[in-house]
Amino acid sequence: MVGDALASSPGGYLLVLAVLVPVIGMLAMPVMGLLRVRHAASLAFATIAVGVAVVGAVGWRVVGSGEALVYGIGGWSPPLGLALRADGLSAVMMAMAALVIALVALYARPQFAAAETAPGGRRAFGFWALLMGLWSALNLAFVGEDLFNLFVALELLTFAAVPLVCLDGTAATLEAALRYLVFALVGSVLYLLGVAVLYARYGTLDIGLLHELAYPDFATHAAIALMIGGLMAKAALFPLHLWLPPAHAGAPAPASAVLSALVVKAPFFIIVRLWFDVLPGASHEAAARALAMLGAAAILVCSVVALRQARLKLMIAYSTVAQVGYLFLMFQLTIEPGVPAWATIGWTGGMLQLVSHALAKAAMFLAAGLIAEALGHDRIDELAGAGRAVPVSLFAFGLAGLSLMGLPPSGGFIAKLLLLSAATLSGAWWIAVVISVGGLLAAAYVTRVLKRAMAPPPEGIVTSPVARSRELAALALALCAVALGLVPLQPFDLLAIGRAGVALP
Amino acid sequence: MSGPLLYGLAAAALIGLGLHGVLAHAAPLRRVLAFNLVGAGVFLLFGVGARRGAAAGLPGDPVPQALVITGIVVAFAATALAMALIRRLAILRAAAAGTPEEGAAPAAAPPRETR
Repeated sequence: MVGDALASSPGGYLLVLAVLVPVIGMLAMPVMGLLRVRHAASLAFATIAVGVAVVGAVGWRVVGSGEALVYGIGGWSPPLGLALRADGLSAVMMAMAALVIALVALYARPQFAAAETAPGGRRAFGFWALLMGLWSALNLAFVGEDLFNLFVALELLTFAAVPLVCLDGTAATLEAALRYLVFALVGSVLYLLGVAVLYARYGTLDIGLLHELAYPDFATHAAIALMIGGLMAKAALFPLHLWLPPAHAGAPAPASAVLSALVVKAPFFIIVRLWFDVLPGASHEAAARALAMLGAAAILVCSVVALRQARLKLMIAYSTVAQVGYLFLMFQLTIEPGVPAWATIGWTGGMLQLVSHALAKAAMFLAAGLIAEALGHDRIDELAGAGRAVPVSLFAFGLAGLSLMGLPPSGGFIAKLLLLSAATLSGAWWIAVVISVGGLLAAAYVTRVLKRAMAPPPEGIVTSPVARSRELAALALALCAVALGLVPLQPFDLLAIGRAGVALP
Repeated sequence: MSGPLLYGLAAAALIGLGLHGVLAHAAPLRRVLAFNLVGAGVFLLFGVGARRGAAAGLPGDPVPQALVITGIVVAFAATALAMALIRRLAILRAAAAGTPEEGAAPAAAPPRETR
């Protein structure tokens, strides 16, 4: 292309591919159906192979050049055009999404293998098509640089996630999906209201330009507060989490894994963009403290509620709300005078918590799905015998549990240790207490399951076998969460690529 | 009272009414209608921003119109999805009426129509 030297960096087209490849895969599914080739799963795997390669190339470029990858769509720079941009943080998010989606797809293949004409085929087709749509929306949310573009990404994400919730088609899951949809729609309309106010104020919606233009006044603060409020509902921050447990617990296991691991992270990621890249003014202690307090309440209340659940999947879903609470502690813990937020250990801790929770929670939901399939139910009190029937799944569950508790060696351990140190160093002792208590509560609800499941099976228990490949997919995710524990304990350079004020080695 | 101010107040009123509707009503259909009311208010606000020429100093700004058109399409899609869910739920409830709470038998569920 000519004339886009200013707008795009070499290889910037990769960002477009990252968004478009899953959409092409999704659209190819009904077209192939018309041609009487009904292999949604095979198409999904081909798409995933290409998509993973694209995301790998994006990561390679970003790490190799140490700079953000930028693409101006159509060769136009903002404010006339839309930009896509992947800095170190976006590249990490995209890699996380690609890894989770690829392993979830491997897990889901036997479950959703039916051809479209066979019984259950419609469900299988829906799963693969929605998974691809969801992936595209996630990538767009991670690379979008225009606030309205991000709104579209969030809506696409909702439209893919809501039907995944009610894939079973029962009245209970439909109700959960409907409640999720109402929460998500109110959240996005509040976000859009903030976008309208920002546009009327500054005449642009490009995050990079807003970063330079925005100044602290009432309209700007009100707009950003509306947007963050709306996104909080989508990210299920306490007390706006009521939709999450029934929705995530009712979905089929692979769908739950993607919803809990990735879908709630996209609105949180956009909150991070708004907070650190758009919000003008130096520090916002009062607002940061308010968000951290909501996060702390989420950790304490929802961990206790998780402990009291009778069903395994509901317990894991409440644990998601608690773990999302840790993410919101970050806003308080990145305030360090004279240091850019992304050079603090609070920033690294928060982002590491995001990624390690995604991997661990996906592993946990997949393992729980296999336990439920082997035993025919997921009542925690009657789990005895699961250790004998599906040992690998239970092992994966336990490894993922390590990360949630924050025990070494795991990504969750490093993340919580960094957050804890940041809290202690900044004198926010109450956050340190909450992190510690939250870890203990997580240990309680994970060991409660492990203890029951390791018990000797009762007389006459009938278990059904599950495919070993599916157990290994869950185990691989859990091992990735553990492997994150090997990153060094310091502000992580990769997460600061493309952000001003940080000297890279 | 100037035109933009009048429209701005109308937008605020629509958003307020809609938000009240979403929060106060339990019936899903009413909530979805109320959501559309909020949406109408937000789109009107985009129009007000365009009339003021935004920050560009123009007599009228075309960009918000493009945003509103996209927004309307998105709101329409959201409403359609919500309607499909509500309809499916009503059919299932009608079928289950008279019988006790349906058990854990997802295999017996009829094909869904939510896509």
